[in-house]
Amino acid sequence: MDIEKYITSGILELYVAGTLSEQENLEVVALAAEHPEIKKEIEEIEASILALSKVASPKRSSVKGFNDVLNRIQDNTKVIPLNEKKSNWSSYLGWAAAIVLAVGFAWMYNQNTTLQSEINVASQNNELLEKQIEDAKTSLDKSQELLTTIRDKDIQVVALGGQAVSPTSYAKAYWNKREQKVFIDAQGLPEPPDGMVYQVWSLKLDPLTPTSMGLLEDFITDDNKVFALANPNASEAFGITLEPAGGSESPNLEQLYTLGAVSS
Amino acid sequence: MELEVLVENFRNKDSKAFEKLYEMYSDNICGVINSIVKNSDIAQEICQDVFVKAWKNSESYNASKGRFFTWMLNIARNAAIDEVRSKSHKNSKQNLSSDFFVNILEDKNDLNNQVDTIGIKNLLTNLKDKCVQIIQLLYFQGYTQKEAAEELAIPVGTVKTRNRSCISQIRGNLSI
Repeated sequence: MDIEKYITSGILELYVAGTLSEQENLEVVALAAEHPEIKKEIEEIEASILALSKVASPKRSSVKGFNDVLNRIQDNTKVIPLNEKKSNWSSYLGWAAAIVLAVGFAWMYNQNTTLQSEINVASQNNELLEKQIEDAKTSLDKSQELLTTIRDKDIQVVALGGQAVSPTSYAKAYWNKREQKVFIDAQGLPEPPDGMVYQVWSLKLDPLTPTSMGLLEDFITDDNKVFALANPNASEAFGITLEPAGGSESPNLEQLYTLGAVSS
Repeated sequence: MELEVLVENFRNKDSKAFEKLYEMYSDNICGVINSIVKNSDIAQEICQDVFVKAWKNSESYNASKGRFFTWMLNIARNAAIDEVRSKSHKNSKQNLSSDFFVNILEDKNDLNNQVDTIGIKNLLTNLKDKCVQIIQLLYFQGYTQKEAAEELAIPVGTVKTRNRSCISQIRGNLSI
């Protein structure tokens, strides 16, 4: 390559101006590294542009100097967190709003659940009360039916007094001979011990002949302690004894709780 | 210190090296900007911005693509031209392509000291208008060879040779 011709072509002046293509730039850099005269030429061209641009520099009065630049490039690290803080403020606000909203939702959900369970409790109470009303009505019906039965003109009332085993015991028998039914009001008997049951007997007195009329089953759980039993016998007296569960063939007279004769 | 070493240290964010480069080139870079914005205060502001920008992008400078001064020159004239095209300059009477740095050079004659004035006069001795124009376009305003040819209505090849002879004349004046 003719170095002299390359230098005088004017390409090095354009290289300093920075208007060459990338390819041309690389070529100049490579040749300058190889040929000191090219490097020297480039430096002289640059020096002339430096001289020219220097005389156009701003007035001395407005020169700020390197310290101003130094402050600004060092400030950069301080300025950035300040900006971050600024943006954080709005993101904090956003988070705060989100938290308030979430807490609000949680509170409302909780409130809703509480109300729902209160409604459930109330409706359960309601059902309970309705059942109680129904039970009371049923109970009233039963009582009235019982009262009607007892007031029947065909009823003969027999008072059964306490005997040696339990002098304070008493009972009443309401006997409807026509319907051959006896209602035993056992309110005055103590609760039978476990495994024992009261048995009601129809008695003929001469000679003494007991006939079982039945058991007072479920004595403890029965509310009104009135028991209906069939009695086809021509009874002269009624007795109630305590017998083992299931009843006995003949009464255990040592456990005779109440006894009463039918007035003829 | 060698320029290459300074520039390499600058690329590695060495503020001492950067300070040396600032001392070496700030007058020139600020001068290029001033020749475009034609206001000392604004030019100085932009010039400081340009050095801050250069520092932030120091690692993007690559010696294989050009001289450090050329790289700075490119940042400087882009910043200055942006300023001129921005709103603050729109209503101004100043026109980017019709004014030349010589005006500033002439204005400066009575502002600087005697030695500088003599230097400037020597520098511009016998420099023709067409030289002032072509140097302004290529170096201070970043025109490409083709753009300068269109602007001056001359063949593309002539741009290169005319520029060469104009620079040679300045180099001659410098050695007076």
